[in-house]
Amino acid sequence: MSEQHQIIINGNEFSYEPGETILETARRNHIDIPTLCYLKGATPTGECRICVVEVEGARTLAASCATPAANGMIVRTESPKVVEARRLIIQLMLSSGNHNCAVRGSDSKDWTQFQLDVHQADSSSELCPVWGDCRLQDLAYRYQVSGERFPKTETVYPIESVNPFIVRDFSRCILCGRCVQACNEVQVNNAIHFGYRGASTKIIAAGDRPLKDSDCVFCGECVQACPVGALVEKDVRYRVRPRDTKKVRTTCGYCGVGCQMFLHVKDGKVVKVTGVEDVAPNYGSLCVKGRFGFDFISSPERLTVPLIKENGKFREASWDEALDLTAKKLGEIKEQHGPDSIGVLTSARITNEENYIAQKFARAVLKTNNVDHCARL
Amino acid sequence: MTNTIGCIEKADVILVTGSNTTENHPVLSASVKRAVSFRGARLIVVDPRNIKIAGFAHQRLRPNLGTDVAWINGMMHVIIKENLYDKTFVENRTAGFDELKKTVETYTPEHVEKITGIPAKQLADAARMYAEAQRGSILYCMGITQHTSGTDNVKSLANLAMLCGNLGIEGGGVNPLRGQNNVQGACDMGGLPNVFTAYQPVNSPDALKKMEGGWNVTGLSAKPGLKATEMIPAALEGKIKALYIIGENPLVSDPDLNHAEHCLKHLDFLVVQDIFLTETAKSADVVLPSACFAEKEGTFSNTERRVQRVRKAAEPPGQAKEDWKITAEISTRMGHPMSYSDTEAIFGEIRKVTPSYAGITYQRIEEEGIHWPCPNTEHPGTPVLHTAQFPIGKGKFHAVEWMPPAETADAEYPVYLTTGRVIYQYHTGTMTMKTGGLNERAPESFVEISPADGGKYGLRHGDLAEIASRRGSITARVQFSDKAADGTVFIPFHFAAAAANRLTNAALDPVSGIPEYKVCAVRLSKAA
Ligand code: SF4
Ligand code: SF4
Ligand code: SF4
Repeated sequence: MSEQHQIIINGNEFSYEPGETILETARRNHIDIPTLCYLKGATPTGECRICVVEVEGARTLAASCATPAANGMIVRTESPKVVEARRLIIQLMLSSGNHNCAVRGSDSKDWTQFQLDVHQADSSSELCPVWGDCRLQDLAYRYQVSGERFPKTETVYPIESVNPFIVRDFSRCILCGRCVQACNEVQVNNAIHFGYRGASTKIIAAGDRPLKDSDCVFCGECVQACPVGALVEKDVRYRVRPRDTKKVRTTCGYCGVGCQMFLHVKDGKVVKVTGVEDVAPNYGSLCVKGRFGFDFISSPERLTVPLIKENGKFREASWDEALDLTAKKLGEIKEQHGPDSIGVLTSARITNEENYIAQKFARAVLKTNNVDHCARL
Repeated sequence: MTNTIGCIEKADVILVTGSNTTENHPVLSASVKRAVSFRGARLIVVDPRNIKIAGFAHQRLRPNLGTDVAWINGMMHVIIKENLYDKTFVENRTAGFDELKKTVETYTPEHVEKITGIPAKQLADAARMYAEAQRGSILYCMGITQHTSGTDNVKSLANLAMLCGNLGIEGGGVNPLRGQNNVQGACDMGGLPNVFTAYQPVNSPDALKKMEGGWNVTGLSAKPGLKATEMIPAALEGKIKALYIIGENPLVSDPDLNHAEHCLKHLDFLVVQDIFLTETAKSADVVLPSACFAEKEGTFSNTERRVQRVRKAAEPPGQAKEDWKITAEISTRMGHPMSYSDTEAIFGEIRKVTPSYAGITYQRIEEEGIHWPCPNTEHPGTPVLHTAQFPIGKGKFHAVEWMPPAETADAEYPVYLTTGRVIYQYHTGTMTMKTGGLNERAPESFVEISPADGGKYGLRHGDLAEIASRRGSITARVQFSDKAADGTVFIPFHFAAAAANRLTNAALDPVSGIPEYKVCAVRLSKAA
């Protein structure tokens, strides 16, 4: 059976599952075919054509994300023809907007003018906000191309930053369509679409309105999906660079879905949150609370010292004093009124380990079963 | 959940009730929307409000508040009468069918229409749609449980699922969606007045002995304790003298808030351990600062019973400490030394006394969480419950009759109020309200009313309205919305400044102790 499902990629034979695309078979076997528009779980569009490969006997290069593997197919993923095609695509993309990372190239006069224009559009004198975290930039390095081959096309649409969470920079959009798929096929919020035609093509929310006045619920799936600097978290843009942060994987602290997320930490502070891709239960998705609702962690209103109330007013206390007082009071009340005169409310917010300790404390130390949490509230 | 989140996309019919899924469980709602949009699943949404997920539904039923048992019985009536139920499943896996059949006999669609307002034909169509599913999944949330009849509502949904053989299969199940991140874990860990970890009853001599052995103590109490909603009034009666509240803010989340405030004043001693000086913490005698989820190690158990890791990313501010360390120190100071090297050591102890967690280790859940029950380290975990049998052998049908809510609208309070959340805020807002953007999207409390009701009570969109119940009154801005049904208004409960729970009724479900947040009677007028 399986012998009928054989494909040769770069001279090696692999078996594939019927229905699998060339890209899927290759990736499963650790062959790196670059992609930009391809979004796992969504319908392949073949839009960007970066993933083209050479199929022996075919007249044109095939988009591997949209071409099913077939028996006996002979595929080359990095042949001169393929590399040539990819370089051209990258060059066109790089010249299509404000891609002011170092790979833009160009002679020095042009370069200076170009940077100045971009700085003005960005209101920042730094290089692109996703410098160092951009799939297009990665590809430009990988295929050693710059954008100078073609004149820079004019950017038609101004930056949109009138919502609290997401900056939409159309000048850096390569129209790959990942955000559209993320919004419509993954989160199914149906907020954004391709709008207008030809050189005026733009990703728009209904009626080309700002996101804040559309069906957008600010899940940020589009931001996570965007391969370039066209969609960036507002608080992150020009403030947080990946090289300055470390990522810690954890579980969301809001609802019971338990999304897996990375907390991006800079100087000891959580500054950004992203979804962990490829694992249950959320496969990279988050909602607005999980992705953007982290400011409370470093809020100046956090409690930092124990407090004791005296004459109706709080005063700061040492841990020893506060804990001694608590232990003494609970002990006295238990002594005087019996164990069942004390109640413990544990929490649906704290960890399993902490809930366990809290109920153990109520049962084994206070000797009461008056322990509950507010799940039902 | 009896099943997993992933299972939702394997269902061919999904019934969502009492869950504003897109706002309260957004990422899970995407599974529902994908199943409907791309996998041909059919969706039934039963909710008084015309919520967003209803826009994806093939059948949308809008029952009157507090009439859930009636429509569920009505559906079962149709399914039994038309012989659409799963006879093999009923015969082999269940008990009590005859009694159920007798009870639902009177719930004809016409009779049910009178109670619920759902047109008879629509109810019958929805019943057929659910019954014809190969894999029918039921998702529900607080809209089902926060009623005086909440336990009955849940039993009724279980009846419906068993009747159609939708338990113990992939893509099926009766799936409660947990509102807070670790509700599941708090319950699993014995944060309940009647059970130890893994739901071992405190009044079972065997369980008690086992825990005494495990903890190396004697004299554990076999008497089930008070529920949270009972502790607060018990303070007023003088039965509860001290409360130790960890990470909860009952002074916004409690029903009949004015009363709760009054009760807590009667305590001799209140200690509150939290990350912020919440409304509750303000009335404490001692406040202990704790670390938040990003500042500690441990595990959470999500709504699908998946035990997942929590990891420390930042240091707690100032002198704040992990909750377990604080509790352990109080314990030690009371003469019962408690010391653990780290949370993994605590988890090791949990595994010893908690059969359903016994096979889970930090190492095993490093990459992906495991669903309990997981009895040993070779066991892969249990994504779908009840595949071969129920814990009690046969699944028992609990025939239940519909009972009206504790408070109904009358001449003085002619409008129904229901409460819930909005997507941009969470619970009492102590966390979400620190993010400016979330406040910009949802800045203040509001009362969502239908334009028709607006006309009736002389209110326009944007007006400040006074909403009064028998227990209190608040002012909130009027929001006209097509989500609202005529005669029923909705207020989110997040906002302390206009706390919806100054209005809600503290009448409790007799079994679960859950208050009836979802129905009470109010009157509306323009605020002076
Ligand atoms: S934030 Fe979410 S809803 Fe808004 S456009 Fe992006 S994917 Fe769509
Ligand atoms: S905004 Fe980003 S994801 Fe969307 S089309 Fe443009 S480049 Fe692609
Ligand atoms: S990201 Fe949103 S959906 Fe996911 S667990 Fe957090 S609050 Fe729930």
